[in-house]
Amino acid sequence: MPSADAIEEEVRQFLRDNFPLSADGVTLDREDSLIEVGVIDSTGVLELIGFIEERYEVEIADEEVLPENLDSIANITRFVGAKVGGGSNGAG
Amino acid sequence: MAPAELSPDTLRLDAERTVEEISERIREVVYKDLRRRGAVIGLSGGVDSSLVAHLCAHAFGPERVLGVLMPEGESAPDTLDLSQVAAEAAGVETVVEDITHLLEAAGCYERRDAAIRTVMPEYAEGWKAKIVLPSLLGNARYSLFTVVAESPEGERREARLTATAYREVVAATNFKQRVRKMLEYHHADRLDYAVVGTPNRLEYDQGFFVKNGDGSADVKPIAHLYKTQVYQLSEHMGVPAVIRERPPTTDTYALEQSQEEFYFSVPFDKLDLCLYALNEGLPVEAAAAATGLDTEVVERVFEDIERKRRAAEYLLAPPILLTNA
Repeated sequence: MPSADAIEEEVRQFLRDNFPLSADGVTLDREDSLIEVGVIDSTGVLELIGFIEERYEVEIADEEVLPENLDSIANITRFVGAKVGGGSNGAG
Repeated sequence: MAPAELSPDTLRLDAERTVEEISERIREVVYKDLRRRGAVIGLSGGVDSSLVAHLCAHAFGPERVLGVLMPEGESAPDTLDLSQVAAEAAGVETVVEDITHLLEAAGCYERRDAAIRTVMPEYAEGWKAKIVLPSLLGNARYSLFTVVAESPEGERREARLTATAYREVVAATNFKQRVRKMLEYHHADRLDYAVVGTPNRLEYDQGFFVKNGDGSADVKPIAHLYKTQVYQLSEHMGVPAVIRERPPTTDTYALEQSQEEFYFSVPFDKLDLCLYALNEGLPVEAAAAATGLDTEVVERVFEDIERKRRAAEYLLAPPILLTNA
């Protein structure tokens, strides 16, 4: 099971690789809203879901697609940690 | 007007004056700036293109306006009839171009269906589908693009799209708007006319159009009008009630799809007021009072408007010249 630090680094790498704004010198704080800073949009959310499902071999239900699970690097790290750890599935 | 006084009446126009102003300006643009001698309009049977046909007939005289009707195999059954009704009411000549064979040749349907099957393997020939974006109202979840399909027996299925499938479906269906624009320019070249676009303010501002498809035109005479103002002017100019009373549709997918389902997520009259409030710097509370929506919902609508504006920047950008490179 990946550590929280490893998950966070992989998420940051995914954002850098796939979203131009993130790669273009914008430094994201852990708590920054990815939607509000314009890093991801409605298609980007689908992309993020696809990345998490494929990389961590988990399924994300529609009910789990909430800002508290996916809208910041901190939230994603916590949500993915809970999914792969088999504990709480995060909010929703 | 005090900010707190926002209401549907805020958007009421002096219809007669507005029609004359638009007519004068569009004549100037087409005759003087573009040096063309009339107008080509793609007619969809919707209120926007019907109003533009009436405005152009008023501005240029109906004999200098051509309405192009471009149905395809998946158009709603009443699209062609309503387009004819609009053209007749405006008194303009029409030409019908069935674009089905052009779309087949481009692989529009085949590419789209293959993309849908990646998330819904049972989707097969004879099924109808549409893309929906679930409503923002009373919902803290993200809106996710979803494919809704109906089998020939009437059974409905839904599946969340992957980013790749969503882009493939959109890229394939965009052939419809681009093929239509190609034909509008064909007729414009043939007649030495200008192509007159039909987006209203909501569509233009929020990027609800296809780049180099319905987003392309030589002049866009109603892109500054809110949708409610389009309805007001349409009634004033005599656009037939059967068109004004039809719910706005994209007419892009085989399964009937409202614009709300696909893109706007709240009814256009409420969205108009939210957009106006945002443009004028009015508080969320003023928009909430005018629309009857909760303040939290208005906040989400404001955020959604800003997000769509960011996405629309690419769609609205002209080709960029690297003059300083």
